[in-house]
Amino acid sequence: MTSTGATLRPGRGSARPNAMPIYLDNQSSTRLDPRVLEAMLPYFTEQFGNPHSASHAYGRVAAEAIEQARDEVAALINADPREVIFTSGATEANNLAIKGAARFARRHPRDGQPRDHIVTLATEHKCVLESSRQLKHEGFTVTYLPVESSGLVSLDALTEALTARTLLVSVMAAHNEIGVIQPLTEIGELCCSRGVLLHTDAAQAFGKIALDVEAMHIDLMSISGHKVYGPKGIGALYIRRRPRVRLLPLIDGGGQERDLRSGTLPTPLCVGIGCAAAIAAAEMTGEAARLRHLRDRLQTGLSRRVPGLRLNGDAERRLPGSLNFCFPGIPALQLIEACPGIAISTGSACTSASVEPSYVLRALGLSDTEANTGIRIGLGRFTTPAEVDFAADALAAAASRLAAESGMVREGSNPI
Amino acid sequence: MSGDAGRWSGRKVRTRTYLDWNATTPLRPEAAAEISSALTHCGNPSSVHQWGRVARQAMERARQSVGALLDVRPERIIFVSGGTEANHLALLGTGRDRVLVSAVEHDSVLRAVPEAERIPVDRDGIVELDMLDRLLAANPRPALVSVMLANNETGVMQPVAEIARIARGHDALFHCDVAQAAGRIALDAAAIGADLVSLSAHKLGGPPGIGALVVAGGMELTPLLRGGGQESGRRAGTENLPGIAGFAGAAGAAATQIAVYDRIRELRDSLEAGIAAIAPDAVVLGAAVPRLPNTTAVAMPGVSAETQVIALDLDGVMVSAGAACSSGKVGPSHVLQAMGAGPDLVASTIRVSLGWTSSETDIAHFLEAWAALYRRCRGQAPRARAA
Repeated sequence: MTSTGATLRPGRGSARPNAMPIYLDNQSSTRLDPRVLEAMLPYFTEQFGNPHSASHAYGRVAAEAIEQARDEVAALINADPREVIFTSGATEANNLAIKGAARFARRHPRDGQPRDHIVTLATEHKCVLESSRQLKHEGFTVTYLPVESSGLVSLDALTEALTARTLLVSVMAAHNEIGVIQPLTEIGELCCSRGVLLHTDAAQAFGKIALDVEAMHIDLMSISGHKVYGPKGIGALYIRRRPRVRLLPLIDGGGQERDLRSGTLPTPLCVGIGCAAAIAAAEMTGEAARLRHLRDRLQTGLSRRVPGLRLNGDAERRLPGSLNFCFPGIPALQLIEACPGIAISTGSACTSASVEPSYVLRALGLSDTEANTGIRIGLGRFTTPAEVDFAADALAAAASRLAAESGMVREGSNPI
Repeated sequence: MSGDAGRWSGRKVRTRTYLDWNATTPLRPEAAAEISSALTHCGNPSSVHQWGRVARQAMERARQSVGALLDVRPERIIFVSGGTEANHLALLGTGRDRVLVSAVEHDSVLRAVPEAERIPVDRDGIVELDMLDRLLAANPRPALVSVMLANNETGVMQPVAEIARIARGHDALFHCDVAQAAGRIALDAAAIGADLVSLSAHKLGGPPGIGALVVAGGMELTPLLRGGGQESGRRAGTENLPGIAGFAGAAGAAATQIAVYDRIRELRDSLEAGIAAIAPDAVVLGAAVPRLPNTTAVAMPGVSAETQVIALDLDGVMVSAGAACSSGKVGPSHVLQAMGAGPDLVASTIRVSLGWTSSETDIAHFLEAWAALYRRCRGQAPRARAA
């Protein structure tokens, strides 16, 4: 911990000396649910068999646990367990879905019609954008669709972007920075009618909102463990069987996961993501209501006290726990620094060390200066009303102090 | 585990003996301690707030411990999801499109570059060095050579320093998969002489789902997974911090307890002596050359490996018929075939692999079960009647 003396100045520092800051960065990663931890532990220790060791009991016990986890993950998205393969995380799942589908289509052209066009959004996660960029180097064409100021994609624009050569559309289910939920059902119907594959990065959405690969016509869906109170180092990719979606693997070898993803499966991590999915299936509805209430409480508390506070991303179609605000005139990094008692961020953790303004907020039409005032807040399963109130107080007080200081600087007076 | 035994075998098994350590190992206590503390921390190492910073510090400490296992600087370590991914990153990331691999490599190497040229091995499973030299000399294109330090099925160790010297002589890069050797013999990256080294945590007492690629200083690598720019842009994805911490705990313990393998070598030798006493016609593969101290690949002529592992499993002894990855897809071992073993030998070889908790009791249990099977299959009466 840095300066505990900060607590002597109300509004400036943490009132929780010697404690870790209140965790309000649940888009970045979530705390492992104690029930998930408990489910995982035996598979770290006494039940350590290699699940691919079919020749003995330890291996078969591990394999059985993995298949149960696969069932649990599949059930949450209305998929067949055979349509779910485990990966090391959502980044790998996104890389595999996008590069795997594109490279397979190139190697196996259908009816002589080349399919080498990919459509995605300018606001997608870096791993989707980077995978698409890689494909561009390999000769594919990529369209990066702009979004509306709400952060949502325009269905008309998407319709127009599709061509006879379009192979794949990749749209994030719920956004990691601004929390907006894209109209997947409508996008799915469109893609389905045009014979285009739909991939969705559901790292943030899985276990937070209802997802149904059948109703939404989703062909490929990326899933993360550590965004849903499960462990890091595990994710999954849903791959539709009917009609079958074909991919070239990124990682080949022992032939695990139906030859699509080789490598010894980490049994405890698979059990963890399975358990996390099962908990979400049982508790998602109630948890979403609770988080929406907390989110509204935080938003109301802040709006009342921060003049000109602006919510980024659609106000209605958003994840229950996710908020993104611009505090007018206050650089986000200064605000974060002024609130050491809470852990929040300027945007995606992957790019959070960057001083560049968020490309996501820029895509909503914000100027660089405005985008530099963007703050992301992520409430989660373990966030309490008291923590939300503390955060609202800390942010409002810091914002008011910083606004006053910058006002004084502007007027040419000595800032203290 | 004992509760599950009856469920699988359909009969009571009193003791379970695990002799499949090359497939995976139990978690070392030192790794378990690191994992439990990391699992309760929710920070993303890329986040700039305090939760993130604490996570990053833990990750960088772990990087040092893993580096220490091979005596390399921490910045040489790229954490990946396991040995298979490490091998892929090494084989696909250097930009060298001419690749030579030994014929006994793991499938994760062979299938990463299916068109790679194969370097043959001799009857003991050792890479033919003059053939490697000739192959490299025959084509001036810059190449990448991939040869594992110790084989997963036989434990046979390659003369990697010689291979490194030959590769260097032809300006070829050298990749070495040390997944099976790490933690079982003392290692030193400088002595191996490789530009790229693959490691797997769960083969040395760490958790599954984590591994590393060690990269020589200054080498550019094209990432396999792209995205958030983690691991200096060479491997994207939120870092598996509990896995990394567990890997480090296991690596530290493995390095300090390496002497345990002197005892394991004696146990393994006694196992092979026991087999020879029971079955003069049994064949131990690679027996004449340097091998890992813990591995025996042994053939019971005329009895299929599948029959052997099933019978041994029923008696509570867990071994395998080869690499675990391909279990379920029963096919002849490419490793044994490359060594020139005939179909009978290939079909009847099992792998017995020991680890740091293996005991004389385990060896006795194995020999008892193996002997019983041998006598059954030879149509002999049990010992009591013979006496």
